[in-house]
Amino acid sequence: MSAMVQEAVQQNEIPSEAAARTDLVPIFIMGKRYMVPSTLTIQKAFEYAGYQLIRGCGCRGGICGACATVYRMPGSAKIHVGLACQTVVQPNMYLTMVPFFPANRAVYNIEELKPDSQTLMKYYPELAKCMGCNTCTKSCPMDISVMEYVSAALRGDVEKAAEISMSCVMCGICASRCPAELGQYNIAIMCRRITGRHIWPLAQHVSEMVDKIKSHRYDKPLEQLMKADLENLRKLYVERQMEPHTAPEDWTPDDRSFL
Amino acid sequence: MGYTADLMELIKRVEKTRPERVVKKKAGQEFAALTLDQRRDRLEKYHPDFRTGALRELKIGPSKGVSIAQEIADTFEAKSRVDPDKIDFDEVHYETDVLVIGGGGAGTAAALLAQEEGARVIIATKLRHGDANTMMAEGGMQAATKSWKDSPYYHFLDVMGGGHFENDPELVRTMVLEAPKAIAWLEKLGCMFNKWPDGKMFTLHGAGTCRKRMHYAGDMTGAEIMRTLRDESRNRVKDIGVLEFAPAVELLVDDKGRCSGAVLYNLETEEYFIVKAKAVIMATGGSGRLHMSRFMTTNHYGATGDGLVMGYRLGVKVRFLHATQYHPTGAVFPEQSEGLLITEKVRGAGANLVNIDGDQFVFEREPRDIESASIIRECEKMGKGVPVPGQAGRFGVWLDSPMIDMLEGEGTVEREFPAKFILFKRYGIDISKLPMLIYPTLHYQNGGLAYKPDGSTTVEGFFVAGEVGGGVHGANRLMGNSLLDITVFGRLAGETAGKYVKNRPDIGKLSVEHVRKYHKELEDAGIGLDRVSPMVLPDYGNPEVKKRQWTSHYVGTLR
Repeated sequence: MSAMVQEAVQQNEIPSEAAARTDLVPIFIMGKRYMVPSTLTIQKAFEYAGYQLIRGCGCRGGICGACATVYRMPGSAKIHVGLACQTVVQPNMYLTMVPFFPANRAVYNIEELKPDSQTLMKYYPELAKCMGCNTCTKSCPMDISVMEYVSAALRGDVEKAAEISMSCVMCGICASRCPAELGQYNIAIMCRRITGRHIWPLAQHVSEMVDKIKSHRYDKPLEQLMKADLENLRKLYVERQMEPHTAPEDWTPDDRSFL
Repeated sequence: MGYTADLMELIKRVEKTRPERVVKKKAGQEFAALTLDQRRDRLEKYHPDFRTGALRELKIGPSKGVSIAQEIADTFEAKSRVDPDKIDFDEVHYETDVLVIGGGGAGTAAALLAQEEGARVIIATKLRHGDANTMMAEGGMQAATKSWKDSPYYHFLDVMGGGHFENDPELVRTMVLEAPKAIAWLEKLGCMFNKWPDGKMFTLHGAGTCRKRMHYAGDMTGAEIMRTLRDESRNRVKDIGVLEFAPAVELLVDDKGRCSGAVLYNLETEEYFIVKAKAVIMATGGSGRLHMSRFMTTNHYGATGDGLVMGYRLGVKVRFLHATQYHPTGAVFPEQSEGLLITEKVRGAGANLVNIDGDQFVFEREPRDIESASIIRECEKMGKGVPVPGQAGRFGVWLDSPMIDMLEGEGTVEREFPAKFILFKRYGIDISKLPMLIYPTLHYQNGGLAYKPDGSTTVEGFFVAGEVGGGVHGANRLMGNSLLDITVFGRLAGETAGKYVKNRPDIGKLSVEHVRKYHKELEDAGIGLDRVSPMVLPDYGNPEVKKRQWTSHYVGTLR
């Protein structure tokens, strides 16, 4: 429905108790007007309006990317984006959630990937179609410079692409707005996984510890703890030496017999 | 937006005491930690679990006589969503080797390992694959990986102490020994843990740890782990199928009593489906959305404890469900952030908790239950809480995040807590300059279904992984042991189930005999006949709207 039609509907509404409340504001969910408390997030406003959410609701904490929302304000052509669980309603906003948007995703074997642009172009040849319009960046609810990481990926700077895209919640709004039909967020996670697996060195201390455990170094000490009575266990717990908060990385404890 | 004028005025008191607190912190002078006896006293007097009416004894089922949280007991003492007589077993819709129920971290890790054993896998999940509490875990993952100062021995001690020495020691031993392997596995899958240029991982303290062993990826460690595991499972699409918006609502058994599949409910088309499987791994996570003791929660929308009741009806005992974890630091201001988790890493990095006068009242690295009880005490008993604007009768205390920049250098807060920094910036609050107003929030289900270290249970063909299981954390989980739990026990359950199906030649006649028996018990006891479970989705509907839904029919919370 257009705003004008909505105005007409509103004129015919019989004032209810709710209409007298000053804490309510009108919002338009998929073009339809609802009066909701002004302090609610878009997500809670949906529920207040009477929806039981199935799609478009996940962590309710701004990290899972299930509730991508697109909205406009009256009198402006600008398209805004936000996560429904994080965005507070504004009077007269026109909105819809975009709980799903199809995007291309390559199937690959992480072990075989190389950190270069050929790899990315092989799996995501559409990268070359990026026309640099920057719509993706403007539409990211997490304020990520999406186009910048797409450019980095094109250049083969996989690590840079990984770092820029770190806080991506994979909501898919970038893909929905992209005229070059990229699935940016899938390209981004491939870059991050390549970085984690092939660019950053693996942690030596982790594999060393795995080996130590395999050699049964801790079997006996742990057996001792498991056999200890409660009193003894409490004593060992209370007396265990604390690594000070400000201790340097190479700090070592006094008693090294259980290391 | 931002803080109200009243709060800005109160913040001045925090700023006044801050320099001296920073000096003390730098000198290693910490606020005195409670002794074990003091801890016990603090819990009994102030922790929500100990309030009258928080718990009740189960009247039926395998753990009859055991006291658990009222809200979970309500789901146990309820009928199945599906009438056993209405299920048509002649039409099986999916058949697979391993059915994983739950698409979070534990379920996905289990699916990957089962697949590596050669199994065909289906993941059935209530919402989208990855919409789970794993995604929301911020702080990190504990593992003793630095052998010059730490070992599984100390990790074991910390876990036991945090859980008040009630933990299942076999499970704890398995978890601490498998921990470094779990980190190595995630690293090889491409998880971007924070590292030095030579590959050495950053580690921090968590509350209740004696060594800095918390590995992390910014303040979105769980998201990094979850999206990586999900991505990897998508690479194995030939063997791992995912059914989204299709929660399991009941388990199936065969004529030998072995778990042999599940009934799924398509939330969108409202159809039920039968999945026949040689093994079922329950990985549905926690139950924060049951809102124990009416607390706000940090949990995911789908955290309604579905797996608990399905497993309980199947005959699996429960452990530690009397213990609910309240995370000490949930945001209470602004209103739209209510219940939002502020990672413990903020305290691990040095931020004090202070009251309305700007005074410390508790050591900031006590185990979570002690910390929460201490905050509740400060607000309720001592009357030193900060009133929450617009919410009469509600109080919070300050989490003094600006200390972190003073301790570790300008820009640390923004670098180490990027997600929270951006979030609060949107609210008009710079958390590197201003403290956060917090109060305990319902966070974690410490207990759950009983299982063995390899993920198996007392019912053949039925395996458990992650938060839905109970025992490893005792009555109180420490920070960073949840991402560890889901990874370690997800992997183990997946491997065990994957091996098990190779040796299981057949599936006998399918039924829900266990549900019939359970219903009989309910009828005999005369309880719960007007309730259904699992809940599937919480009810946040508007009662005014419901009054006008003249023809709608609700089964439990679902329309």
